[in-house]
Amino acid sequence: MLKYIGKRLLISVITLLVILLILFLLLQLMPGSPFNDEKLSPEQVAQLKEKYGLDRPVIEQFFRYIVNMLRGDLGVSYSLSANTPITELLVNRFPITVQIGLASMIVGTFSGLVLGFLTAFFRNKVLNFIYGLFTLLGIAVPSYIFAMFFSYFLGYRVDMLPLLYDFRTPILSTVMPIMAMSFGVMSVIARFAKAEASDVMKSDYVLFAKCQGLPNGTVIMKYVLKNSLMPVITVVASLLVSLLTGSLVIERMFSVPGVGGLLTSAIDSNDYSVVIALSFIYSALYIVVMLLLDILYCIIDPRVRLGGRD
Amino acid sequence: MSDDNRLVIEVKDLDISFRMPTGDIHAIRGVDFELRENEVLALVGESGCGKSITAKTIMGILPENAVINSGKVIYHGKDVEIDLLGKKSSWRRKNINGSKIAMVFQDPMTSLNPTMTIGAQLITSIRSHKHSDRREAYSRSLELMREVGITDPERTMRQYPHQLSGGMRQRIVIAIALSCDPEIIICDEPTTALDVTIQNRIIELLENIRRARGISVIFITHNLGVVAKIADYVGVMYAGKIVEYGTVFDIFYDPRHPYTWGLLSAVPELSDDKGELYSIPGTPPNLAKEIVGDAFAPRNPYALAVDFKAEPPLFHVSGSHFAATWLLDVRAPEVKMPDALRERINRMKQEGREYVNESE
Repeated sequence: MLKYIGKRLLISVITLLVILLILFLLLQLMPGSPFNDEKLSPEQVAQLKEKYGLDRPVIEQFFRYIVNMLRGDLGVSYSLSANTPITELLVNRFPITVQIGLASMIVGTFSGLVLGFLTAFFRNKVLNFIYGLFTLLGIAVPSYIFAMFFSYFLGYRVDMLPLLYDFRTPILSTVMPIMAMSFGVMSVIARFAKAEASDVMKSDYVLFAKCQGLPNGTVIMKYVLKNSLMPVITVVASLLVSLLTGSLVIERMFSVPGVGGLLTSAIDSNDYSVVIALSFIYSALYIVVMLLLDILYCIIDPRVRLGGRD
Repeated sequence: MSDDNRLVIEVKDLDISFRMPTGDIHAIRGVDFELRENEVLALVGESGCGKSITAKTIMGILPENAVINSGKVIYHGKDVEIDLLGKKSSWRRKNINGSKIAMVFQDPMTSLNPTMTIGAQLITSIRSHKHSDRREAYSRSLELMREVGITDPERTMRQYPHQLSGGMRQRIVIAIALSCDPEIIICDEPTTALDVTIQNRIIELLENIRRARGISVIFITHNLGVVAKIADYVGVMYAGKIVEYGTVFDIFYDPRHPYTWGLLSAVPELSDDKGELYSIPGTPPNLAKEIVGDAFAPRNPYALAVDFKAEPPLFHVSGSHFAATWLLDVRAPEVKMPDALRERINRMKQEGREYVNESE
């Protein structure tokens, strides 16, 4: 187990380095520079480049970046908010994005699991209808449509919730973004949960358990749930990353001061260091979540835990 | 093996269809048989003839799209008679499944829960019918595992299914099936998914356990060698019907249905070095279409004109032997079984006699 995790960690570090290198090279290929201001004279641009070390060879820049990163220094923003350390930008913006992301994840996953499993277990018409309606809407309709819908009814007509993010009511302000984002999560999770549970319920081991006369509750808890949760967890994990990195559209619509907005502005203004830092953090998050997922698999599935032969 | 034994299971006029988007499939078209205490009934036939569906009907685990059009499955207890099809599945699970009738599945690779230890699965099964505490259930599990020939039961208790070989897993499945002391076990091709070398051992194990415990068995298979070895009665199924039914001697030494002739001719023989292995021409009928006449007629070289028009009834050959073929009608021309098969049966009889002499 430890050996397995060690191996996975090593692979993760190498992957991150490769990602970083690719990001660096890609940005070199991009036209323009952070100092695309017409008011700046070529001398001033050269001076700025020297100041930030952008006149050095790419390889040197790359290694200096890694060394500084290990010290916890992600560099400063060049143009967006000049000379502000990126870590500071992130500290201000990440919590709100993570808060909304995690909350939509929890709300979406929980409601999705309940909807999917109940529909699979009880196959009645009403449940099936609700399931069909919700999953279809959740998958077919983009989250910003829900956002507009909620804004109109809950924000404007009923006036229960603030239309735009308000620092004075941080909890209430996140309710609508969370609702809009969790709807899609719910439908994806519900579909997976229902499909998996239905498959497991047709499996030989569940039929065998029924032949042994095990009561329904035992069959569902010990046979169906555990075996159908595993594939669902994979989906949850990959959704989690995209939620943690924030939804650009939703953050814009509710003017949430999260990282989603930061990334779009950084790309707009060629703010290399911010783009690299954010992209790198996204990749790292993804890799960490996948690593955690694999460890979770080990805990749930004995076939992985014991280095199974299957 | 005699009719004096108490009846334990009676299947009467079973008729089952499956609802499909493209129309109904008439999978079971009137199956009747009975199983008596201490007897082994083998159901044989090609894939898709309805053997497994019959088993699933008895256990109450038919898929949702199955519709039971008619029929009864009567369980005869010590002094009760219950039509299982008239009972709710929750009732059957509580009172019949596991404790009275158990089933061993075909593929041991898929019939155990992959995320539960062997021990937990055994204990769960034991405790679902008997109110015993964990320690009792644990020691009972060890006993059961020894009974099915597992040498290191304490260790196996802690293992997961994927850590065991196919043969071991099937032993565990048998142990679980035995865990609530059933009177009847349905074995649905219990060795088909196993290595040939293991198959024999599992069959022997089942046979020993059956004798020791006095269990009645419905054995579903397409391996006629196994049937000859363990069965008392044989039902030959074709296209959702039993077309010939009799004692194992009736079926092997005096088969009457052309389909049974075909099946017996298709058994490979070690001594047979001449020519190709026989196979019955054609394929089983499409059960989504209504069958007129005898379902086997299109593949039957001995088919009479009437076979394509009317379904043959079950003709009595003797008190224990029935066959559904118009060849047994008094008006039918005399048709003998193929000569090759006759020679083969004579050889089998000879070998049988030698076997009996040897064992005496």
